[in-house]
Amino acid sequence: MSSLPVLKAADFASDQDVRWCPGCGDYSILAQMKKVLPELGVPREKIVFISGIGCSSRFPYYMNTYGMHSIHGRAPAFATGLKSTRPDLMVWVITGDGDALSIGGNHFIHMLRRNIDVNVVLFNNRIYGLTKGQYSPTSREGQITKSTPMGSIDHPLSPLSLALAAEATFVARSIDAHVKHLGQTLARAAAHKGTSLVEVYQNCNVFNDGAMAYAQEKKQRDDNVVELEHGKPLIFAKGTKGIRLVGNHLEIVNTADVPADDLLIHDEKSPNPSIHMMLARMSYPEMPEPIGVFRAVENVETYDDQINAQVDLARSTKGEGDLEALFASGDTWTVQ
Amino acid sequence: MTASPTTNKNVQSVSGITVRLAGDSGDGMQLLGTQLTNTSALAGNDVATFPDFPAEIRAPRGTRAGVSGFQVQFASEEIFTPGDVLDALVVMNPAAMVTNLSDLRKGGILIANEDGFNEKEFKLAKVESNPLDASVIEETYRVVKVAMTKLTRDAVSEFGLGTKLADRCKNFFAMGLVYWLFGRSLDPTLRFIEAKFGKKPDVAAANVAALRAGWAYGETTEAFGESYQVNAAELVPGTYRNIMGNQAIAMGLVAASKLSGKEMFYGTYPITPASDILHELTKFKNFGVRTFQAEDEIAAICSTIGAAFGGTMGVTASSGPGIALKGEAMGLGMILELPMIIIDVQRGGPSTGLPTKTEQSDLMQAMFGRNGESPLPVLAPRSPGDCFDIAIEAWRIATECMCPVIILSDGYIANGSEPWRIPALSELPKIRVSHPEGSDGSEAYKPYMRDENLARPWARPGTPGLMHRVGGLEKEDITGNVSYDPANHQHMTDTREAKVAQIANRIPPQDVFGETSGDVLVVSWGGTYGSCHTAVDRIQKAGHKVSHAHLRYLNPMPSNIGELLGSFKKVVVPELNKGQLRMLLRAEHLVDCLGINKVQGKPFTVTELVEQITEIAESAKNQTPSAGGVARSAS
Ligand SMILES: Cc1ncc(C[n+]2csc(CCOP(=O)(O)OP(=O)(O)O)c2C)c(N)n1
Ligand code: SF4
Repeated sequence: MSSLPVLKAADFASDQDVRWCPGCGDYSILAQMKKVLPELGVPREKIVFISGIGCSSRFPYYMNTYGMHSIHGRAPAFATGLKSTRPDLMVWVITGDGDALSIGGNHFIHMLRRNIDVNVVLFNNRIYGLTKGQYSPTSREGQITKSTPMGSIDHPLSPLSLALAAEATFVARSIDAHVKHLGQTLARAAAHKGTSLVEVYQNCNVFNDGAMAYAQEKKQRDDNVVELEHGKPLIFAKGTKGIRLVGNHLEIVNTADVPADDLLIHDEKSPNPSIHMMLARMSYPEMPEPIGVFRAVENVETYDDQINAQVDLARSTKGEGDLEALFASGDTWTVQ
Repeated sequence: MTASPTTNKNVQSVSGITVRLAGDSGDGMQLLGTQLTNTSALAGNDVATFPDFPAEIRAPRGTRAGVSGFQVQFASEEIFTPGDVLDALVVMNPAAMVTNLSDLRKGGILIANEDGFNEKEFKLAKVESNPLDASVIEETYRVVKVAMTKLTRDAVSEFGLGTKLADRCKNFFAMGLVYWLFGRSLDPTLRFIEAKFGKKPDVAAANVAALRAGWAYGETTEAFGESYQVNAAELVPGTYRNIMGNQAIAMGLVAASKLSGKEMFYGTYPITPASDILHELTKFKNFGVRTFQAEDEIAAICSTIGAAFGGTMGVTASSGPGIALKGEAMGLGMILELPMIIIDVQRGGPSTGLPTKTEQSDLMQAMFGRNGESPLPVLAPRSPGDCFDIAIEAWRIATECMCPVIILSDGYIANGSEPWRIPALSELPKIRVSHPEGSDGSEAYKPYMRDENLARPWARPGTPGLMHRVGGLEKEDITGNVSYDPANHQHMTDTREAKVAQIANRIPPQDVFGETSGDVLVVSWGGTYGSCHTAVDRIQKAGHKVSHAHLRYLNPMPSNIGELLGSFKKVVVPELNKGQLRMLLRAEHLVDCLGINKVQGKPFTVTELVEQITEIAESAKNQTPSAGGVARSAS
């Protein structure tokens, strides 16, 4: 067996011009993806990107892999059909907050609960970019947009809460501007067997500039974001603050005031998603927002493995399908 | 050794019998009908069936809305329909009687379960008094009243079943009686009981006892003077089985999968009357069939496209409402130019419409129900058995032309059954499918290069050097890159259209039953084949110059259609819709077609077609070809 050629980020760039607005957070996610993929050692031809519709969903055109830019909200369904029949491929689903949670909400839920072995990157800019600035299911209440001149009256949806409710096996969040963290998170998602969801806070500098500046800007990030690490306590604000579980809620404490083992220790492997759900509900400005891996539960069977296992089992118990025998099954009679 | 008794009474030989079994939806009429059908088919008769059931699973008992019926015609000659008028009608209660009696011919046999006719049932059926007592009934029909419930209870008493279970056996009693009347063997049904209830010996024994009691009742009672015998039909030699449309589609798909060496992915969402295709295909996992019950019809077709992109043949099926949901994805499948099959088992519309009744009103949806210019090939089977061939043909076209292909079946074909001659594998067409081989990647791969069929290559992910991206945005010719260039859009639209149009060169020319010119050409499609064929046969025998062209290819149509339409003084298009094929023929060929249209959730009867077509034939007889404003140009 010949060893695989060593690929570089540039090898994953397609010959197509990238057409996002200058300054868009999408560029950073694309760059990290191109950086991470060569490190996985998966040949380009074994990788498929499937997207829905939106600015972010142009992503597959920019990758020198196999790809499909599909229809709005349905990428999970295309990925399900592909992965169920081609478990040998590494499948990425690229989606936006409108794409995944509005028109595609149903498919999003079912992909997660089936635990199909695909990696989902949800670009969350809390706005509709491609259709030029309407509010999205993740827009803040009261947000003024083109379609909500008097402020949005919808209650926003948290993709991570939704994913946890669907018993997703891998749930994570990262930030476009936090490139190192983003790269590491994508790599962990790729390594997970089962559906992995990475929500990425992505700045749409044209229609929703700064909507997540509290998490994106270096200056503010320390105070407003808490990085999750398995087995470590939840600490932020340069170590001065921590998170403690009291009864059935989480609260902020000064680390100076409480003993270290009073702080919540992050357990991404817990099969019980209750605390993961509490983490997902932490939201700025009341609480710092967690980034990193919320939940990573291994050894849950994947849909693609099981659909193929049933085919194998049928073949081993009934034998390879025989057309003549099939036609003649049931009552037959002969006309001379 | 045979388990079937033989009769001592007179046996009258007849060429065919049409019988309908009708009762409450809980009475087991569908089971009774299926058994009678199989038994008749095994006896060598040609058979055709028409099950008709309520949309509600447990419609209110005893009401007219809850009546479930099963009609079967069995004959000693080739038949194409389940028959118009009934020779015999079996009714289990008053509601079944009043809703079905009008189809029984004068002098026909009416067998009624007397025990089902009481005050309570009259109320449920909304009849004033016992309909059996009307003097006109005795005068018009040969009425046989049988206390089926009581006789069944007596017959099964020794098995100690509760009353409820005992009463459930009464459809087997009715079956026994019907079997006696029509000289059917009990053996196939005895085998069926053994296979189905073998694990519950008391239930099996009770059903056997009820079946035999029904038979014995016919033999001993004075009610019937004679029984009837329908001899075997002269069918093409071969081995036969009985087959339903949905079953035949499933089997055709599996056959095509083998013939093409391609495994199959079936993504679907349950809907009447398409669900049985899913139920059938789940049994074929050892053929490499992967079935996926998606969260909705959109996911169903999208998963199918995902599988097709991966190099596996994708199939999805639904009925009208689900096909409406699939519209956007069908357009994507069209522009991606990937092979797949989309089956629409039509039912009464619009919207939820008449879920368990038949109609042919999705033709326009299949032709045009997508945004933009997005023609797709459309095929329609003409009978349950033809579903097998159509499935293979759709697979062939889809893979040869790299495009989605639509199959328009309908509820009548899907649930109806007929004897099907089992083909030898050597009779089935080979389907050649190839995938481009890998390259060193020194040259950019061209996913939208085309072959002589204008088909692009089916490059599978995983193949080195062929990396490419597809999507719904307009493609640049050859490279497949996104392109907004106006001239390119025109070119790609024209090419995709031409790709579908050229299929006409590779399908058989339209055949005609009768002369290729004359007074009237009857043009039909889909499930109305049987009634139209039988009607035209009768009209021809009555001396009229009427011919019949039945379309299995609706898009593109065979290339000789225009010429054919122009060779008759009048063209008549019977359809179970408001005139959709007629509109297409008029638009395409400038021929002033006449329509015979019916949207009652019921198939055409042969009689109604004979009447209406004969009338048109009479008026066409004296017409000179140029008169009457009939445009005769064919373009
Ligand atoms: C069926 C359908 N409905 C609507 C649209 C229009 N549309 C395109 S993208 C989009 C929203 C995209 O928002 P999001 O998913 O947040 O992606 P972003 O552009 O912000 O990356 C909408 C409504 C469409 N393309 N298809
Ligand atoms: S509109 Fe927003 S999301 Fe879209 S490319 Fe521009 S900056 Fe990015």
